[in-house]
Amino acid sequence: MNILWLQSAGCGGCTMSTLCAESPNVLELLEGAGISFLWHPSLSLETGAEVRRLLQRIESGEQELDVLCIEGSIVRGPNGTGKYHMLAGTGRSMLDWTQSLAPKARHVVAVGTCATYGGVTSSGENPSDATGVQYEGSHRGAALAADFTSKSGLPVVNIAGCPTHPDWVTETLLLLAADELSLDSLDGFGRPRFYADHLVHHACPKNEFYEYKASATKLSEIGCMMEHLGCIGTQAVGDCNIRTWNGEGSCTRAGYPCINCTAPEFEEPGHRFTETPKFAGIPVGLPSDMPKAWFMALASLSKAATPRRIGVNATSDRVTVPPSLKVPKS
Amino acid sequence: MSDTSLIVGPFNRVEGDLEIRLDVADGRVTAAYANSPLFRGFERILLGKPPTEALTITPRICGICSISQSVAAARALADAAGVTPSVEGEKIAVLMHAVENLADHITHFHLFFMPDFTRPIYQGRGWYNKAVERFTAMQGSGLRAATDARARLFHIVGLLGGKWPHTLAIQPGGATKAPTSRDKIRIATDLKTFRRYLETQLFGAPLEAFVNLSTVAELDSWATGDVGLFLQIANDLGLNEAGRGEGRYLSFGAYPSASGPMFKQGTWANGARGDFDPALIREDLSHAWMLGDTAHPTRGQTLPDEDMGEDGYSWCKAPRLNDEVFETGALARQIVDGHPLAVALAQEASVRARIFGRVLEVARTQIALERHVAQIDPSQSFMEPVVIPDDGEGSGLVEAARGALGHWVQFRGGEITSYQIIAPTTWNFSPRDSNGVPGPVEAALVGAPVGEGEDTPISVQHIVRSFDPCMVCTVH
Repeated sequence: MNILWLQSAGCGGCTMSTLCAESPNVLELLEGAGISFLWHPSLSLETGAEVRRLLQRIESGEQELDVLCIEGSIVRGPNGTGKYHMLAGTGRSMLDWTQSLAPKARHVVAVGTCATYGGVTSSGENPSDATGVQYEGSHRGAALAADFTSKSGLPVVNIAGCPTHPDWVTETLLLLAADELSLDSLDGFGRPRFYADHLVHHACPKNEFYEYKASATKLSEIGCMMEHLGCIGTQAVGDCNIRTWNGEGSCTRAGYPCINCTAPEFEEPGHRFTETPKFAGIPVGLPSDMPKAWFMALASLSKAATPRRIGVNATSDRVTVPPSLKVPKS
Repeated sequence: MSDTSLIVGPFNRVEGDLEIRLDVADGRVTAAYANSPLFRGFERILLGKPPTEALTITPRICGICSISQSVAAARALADAAGVTPSVEGEKIAVLMHAVENLADHITHFHLFFMPDFTRPIYQGRGWYNKAVERFTAMQGSGLRAATDARARLFHIVGLLGGKWPHTLAIQPGGATKAPTSRDKIRIATDLKTFRRYLETQLFGAPLEAFVNLSTVAELDSWATGDVGLFLQIANDLGLNEAGRGEGRYLSFGAYPSASGPMFKQGTWANGARGDFDPALIREDLSHAWMLGDTAHPTRGQTLPDEDMGEDGYSWCKAPRLNDEVFETGALARQIVDGHPLAVALAQEASVRARIFGRVLEVARTQIALERHVAQIDPSQSFMEPVVIPDDGEGSGLVEAARGALGHWVQFRGGEITSYQIIAPTTWNFSPRDSNGVPGPVEAALVGAPVGEGEDTPISVQHIVRSFDPCMVCTVH
């Protein structure tokens, strides 16, 4: 399976993250699966005229293309021309290239939340009129039409995340190479379900604090960050705390909230990223699939039942009260 | 060969998109124009947002210098709030920042720069087969070893910062995670693993031996590791004469501590060290597709010229210090810090010098970080409480892998009213200014040989990549 990888208007961080794949590294992993790059901007030798000739061959149909990966959002500005990002050396906008090459590819894969939904590049006043490849925020229909399907019959596969986890990218590519990714494998926003069926909350080390709503009141305290610090891990999709990042990391493990970076429009939460919006003192936005009345009842009950150890630790910057010892009865 | 013009792009194995236009006469580049063909407008995206949001937004300017952006934003906010971060929290920020810079240098050397020497044009050179074995794109043994080592090194950022890139762990008051003694031991172990990689593969000798080099003659006798291989290539191809800069260097100073920065702040011009005065920075817009006047970043604006007027040829502004062009990066940092080998290379200012500036910094940073980690005190607090006022202004000046990075923020009524950023590659890849003076890479390209029939000249590739450009930062 061959891949053409193009970097559009983004930070390049999804490529940089993918290079953090381990056991084996991303180069050995893809090679072992028979996956090769026709061209990748950070990895390939070819540059300048060599690349322009390759793009021409793909566009003319002379070179078959299995997977078109797009990293970064597609900019449409100014005034719909796409000239805020001209693909260097080609005199054509990335918007134009994307629309021209996507129908030639067997699969189209958007890598990262900029490419999937617009992401941070489309934040604020969205100066470059940035959008995702097939979604503008949560609305389908963007640089590619709402009903676009690639030659395989699939819509754009959306590997959302800011950045993407290395394994989300490599495993999606491996599944495509094995012909094991179908429409059923994608969720309602086009995200591969192998990671999007999980919540960031799953395996979060703060779960015991969450059970008792024992909350951190400021960054650096180790309690649950849902009540005060803007954490959306109970609603955000991603297996971040199951597979972890860069060894044993995750956002919540490092003491800052999940900001829902796998979701459309995460870049404009309508409140500060590290502050939970509240209505009458109660956090707005409850855990996914939880009836509100039950949540309120359970939360007040568990809060009242918080053991001292958990309550004290929640507002400390480290474990200060250890679990009590269970001495076997003689 | 008659006068001709070449467009080189997409110019890959740099971070982001780059196009270089060349005027060529008699087989030499006579003029070069660097175009950053992407505008995203982060400085405008931040307008109207609460100042704290810069901590989430600005790292996402760049996926390779993300932590540098975090640190610059955190420092700008701390400056505006009139606070200093917790001493131990600052140590964590320095550690994560230095790890990113180390990883970036390794990525540049192996993945971005060295593969060019495996091109068939070099077949038959004495070093060619070895270069192919070590540096073939995606396959070379050296390149793969570096990829593994880099991923392992980033475990330090995983542990302290949750993930790389794009952490929120670095805050104006310090760091969100208080590491335990066990964490500290684990970090020291990760560093030891990285040293083993450096000593067995990149240097082929103890790091201290490289750091002790003090003259170009001593450097020229270095024979081991990938560094030795590069030296052999560089001297064979005359890379000590290629891509020569003006010998003017700038460093904001890297990695603060109670006893001063690990690498000093200052300038280097005409063979002498000077002080750096941030008030003398101006961004010139004469050849950028930007509207407005030349201004200091505290008064600067970002107003893209939708019509892309014909005086402009890049989305990149042209920063100048006291009206002069400065080169920034690892070589600049090491010269300004006064390391004798770097100072010996200051006038050479070549492709080779830039690479050795980076390699020297890798060795020095690794040694310094080992000592730095030993000084972290897990019993202390890692975060000072910080209240960001409703109105304020501040700046955060740091050193990213590629050089001097500055954030200048102003806010009123809890909303950002101005956020200006000058990234390292904005300095190095700046277009011409109103005096017609080209930016550093544009000047360094003049004189580069262009072979008959070459549409993407190899000499130009070596020179451009020796700067390790990060175009996504440049045009933020």
